[in-house]
Amino acid sequence: MTQQLAPTIDRAYARSFVDDAIRPEADTWDRAGAIPEDLLDRIAGAGLWAPFLPSELGGAGIDMVTLGEIHEEVGRGCSSVRSLLTVHTMLSWALQRFGTDAQIQQWGPELATGRTLGAFCLSEPGAGSDTAAITTTAVPHNGGWLLNGVKKWTTNGQRADLFLVFAKGPTSTIALLVPSNAPGVLVNPIDDMLGTRSSMLAEIAFSDVALGPDALLGPSGFASGMVLTGTLDLGRYSVAAGSVGIIQACVDACSSYAAQRRVGGTPLRDLPLIQAKLSDMVTDVRAARLLLAEAGRLKDRGDAATIMATWIAKYFASTAAARHASEAVQIHGANGCSPEFPVGRFYRDAKVMEIIEGSTEIQRMTIAAEAYRKWES
Amino acid sequence: MTTTDRILAFITNRFPQAEISDVEDIFSLGYINSLFAMELVMFIEKEFTITIPNDELRIDNFRTAKAMTELVDGLRSAVV
Repeated sequence: MTQQLAPTIDRAYARSFVDDAIRPEADTWDRAGAIPEDLLDRIAGAGLWAPFLPSELGGAGIDMVTLGEIHEEVGRGCSSVRSLLTVHTMLSWALQRFGTDAQIQQWGPELATGRTLGAFCLSEPGAGSDTAAITTTAVPHNGGWLLNGVKKWTTNGQRADLFLVFAKGPTSTIALLVPSNAPGVLVNPIDDMLGTRSSMLAEIAFSDVALGPDALLGPSGFASGMVLTGTLDLGRYSVAAGSVGIIQACVDACSSYAAQRRVGGTPLRDLPLIQAKLSDMVTDVRAARLLLAEAGRLKDRGDAATIMATWIAKYFASTAAARHASEAVQIHGANGCSPEFPVGRFYRDAKVMEIIEGSTEIQRMTIAAEAYRKWES
Repeated sequence: MTTTDRILAFITNRFPQAEISDVEDIFSLGYINSLFAMELVMFIEKEFTITIPNDELRIDNFRTAKAMTELVDGLRSAVV
């Protein structure tokens, strides 16, 4: 009788999984506008939904550096799948960090195994970057909460089982755990987006959704903002990782294409302007990966500097991804605009990275504010 | 360095222009936002090897360096 050892969940493991299960089908899913259930099950089987959760909950207890590497690999294969991991990670991390023992026992094993998929509900039709403008309300009701409002652009909203919803509470913004099958929850799919087209976006309407007292995640009052700050920080880290993955995918696609393509009898690879584009991609993917790893190391040490390091990693990686995905299409010429090559998908997905989890403009404001901090009067 | 000194050093390292005493309300300085609040909690947890439970994440526990020192001392004594 042989005992099967659990695999080590690391970059090599994720890379193998992505090359086998994700990358070959990503364009098909992009055109279909959805990720098939079979793939969601395979991610669960591979233990990749929330491997940072501790083993007692069903996770693998991996560190944040490794989590970043895994999300990079998934992002290299398909940004839509990576975005599902991102929002699931955000909810799972918030539960682990701010949940009560009862909440963690109820939801932790479900999230670790992927039996329950999580999503993150913050943006609204009238509130994107301006989170203070959210109008969804949670009022005390029969010892619990009554939730009303509409959330928009919810990644995996069409499929998720559990939503982490941010709403205006009696004195501050609060976070609530809301099952998608709770009475009063209405899911309206959002299709035909520019990028991450198979991330199963939805608008979620909450109409007199009655929740128990155990729906509240984390503290209210002064510290409630930390739930949102911490959760967005993890989301930003994952998006930064996914952006590194997009740049690497551009390097892989462009080096392969240029090595085989000839123009006017000259190999594309020999053209200096093509070499310039490719060298910039290679340089930036390494720089972005280092920034991401530094943010991850600071997270693993519990160092407060990780928050700014993550902002910077996401800003650098997402803007570089958008720039290089554009050049990847350029290198491919008309082929790059066709469905026969993946670089068109990289281009559309990369644009999304500059908008989600803190737009490029918000990132610049935040990073500049850090530079000015010591000059505050 | 005392606990209070270490907390004050963290705050003044982040805001070098801040001249605060251990009893001064840091929220009255006008610098504090949710990002710094998160950084402050992370610093205290790492620096003093403690976990601050949800019910202690109250504004009064973070209003002054003295209040934060009392929070740290209380949590440390609870685990001894």
